[in-house]
Amino acid sequence: MATKVKEAQLAAAAVPPPKPEDTGPVLRELVAHLRQNRTQLREEWVRRIIQAQLLTAMTEEEIFAEATSVYDSYVEALETGTYEALQAYARNLSERIIPRGVETHEVVGIVLLLRDVMARSLFAKYHEDFDKLNRILDSYEPAANRIANTVAVGFVQERERIIRQQQEAIRELSTPVLQVRERLLILPIIGVIDPQRARQLTEQLLRAIRTNRAKVVVIDITGVAAMDSNVANHLVQTVEASRLLGATVIVTGLSPEIAQTLVTIGVDLSEMATVGDLQGGIEEAERLLGYKVVPLEDLAPKA
Amino acid sequence: MEVPILKQGDYLIASIQSALTDADLSQLREALVERVGRFRARGVIVDVTALDVMDSFAVRTLRDIAHMARLRGAETVIVGIQPEVAFAMVQLGLTLKGVATALDLEEGLAFLDRLKGGRIDVERHGQRRIDHGR
Repeated sequence: MATKVKEAQLAAAAVPPPKPEDTGPVLRELVAHLRQNRTQLREEWVRRIIQAQLLTAMTEEEIFAEATSVYDSYVEALETGTYEALQAYARNLSERIIPRGVETHEVVGIVLLLRDVMARSLFAKYHEDFDKLNRILDSYEPAANRIANTVAVGFVQERERIIRQQQEAIRELSTPVLQVRERLLILPIIGVIDPQRARQLTEQLLRAIRTNRAKVVVIDITGVAAMDSNVANHLVQTVEASRLLGATVIVTGLSPEIAQTLVTIGVDLSEMATVGDLQGGIEEAERLLGYKVVPLEDLAPKA
Repeated sequence: MEVPILKQGDYLIASIQSALTDADLSQLREALVERVGRFRARGVIVDVTALDVMDSFAVRTLRDIAHMARLRGAETVIVGIQPEVAFAMVQLGLTLKGVATALDLEEGLAFLDRLKGGRIDVERHGQRRIDHGR
């Protein structure tokens, strides 16, 4: 399927858009033909979609309804040579069908099928007049390829937009910077740290240090399953950047596996203060800040 | 642009107001190191809040100031590094190793006060011990 899309793109790029004065009458005839045979071609198309087992996430009625709209937009794009309406429709369609699990190959597939169905009907109609068929195809093919391109690109863009949005949401959720005491922040890290997340994490922490006027930060990585030298270096960078803002960082919750990995691959963590668990980290931070937590029973006899 | 250096008690405060050329930075270094001796300063604060870029020369000069001032008997604190600047510095490997840093001027002053307090405590402690000896 990927090569097919490539072909469509190449074709669209190679063939210059047809000049309206040359192809005007031919195009009008073509559009009239497609309008006349709307019902028949549409049914043929839906039949082939179902045959090819595309859009399996949708019912036959839904496919037919969408096919009708796509068909009309398609013919309109052919007729007017403007793709904005089709683009908008493709985006709207993608928005509706992406949550239902429709894949890129299916969307590209159905548009290419429609192109084939229409081409077949043109062959059938003009097979006796080869010159005319050629002229019709000259104006049909570039436009059809551009349409296929437009729809595919629209779908992929919409998909990417959704993915970006979700990534953003996950990131926002996964890096809370919490203040547990005056001037003491906790940053629990859960999940996988990739370079982009590490960067965002650091930026968020640095901002939080500034706004909360933090002196000590405890970074808890109990929830980080694996660590490689890249992640370790990111962590070292975070620690150093925090120090430049005048905050001390304590890292807690290194699992035995991570400790072994880091020593084996030879990451230098000598600059980093590490404490076994989050509790120990907070206690150490309190000591640095000059707090002492005493149980109430211990206080009572003295008072 | 010349950086004004203010004397506040035992401390010298240099507040950088705008981007500095390399020559300005060198001039700041010389002026600070000279004044540490002249004013018998115990602490130096360099406020870089206004800087939104710091190149390797600036970082090296700040580090040199800290090391030179220490040799002359004053502890240096760099204050007010912006989060973005800190991030960029770390990525470039410019980490001001061995130089004290603080969030802002207030924190820097508090840090120096604590250092001074520590020294006085040590002196008193020593004196008391001598008293015991007698």
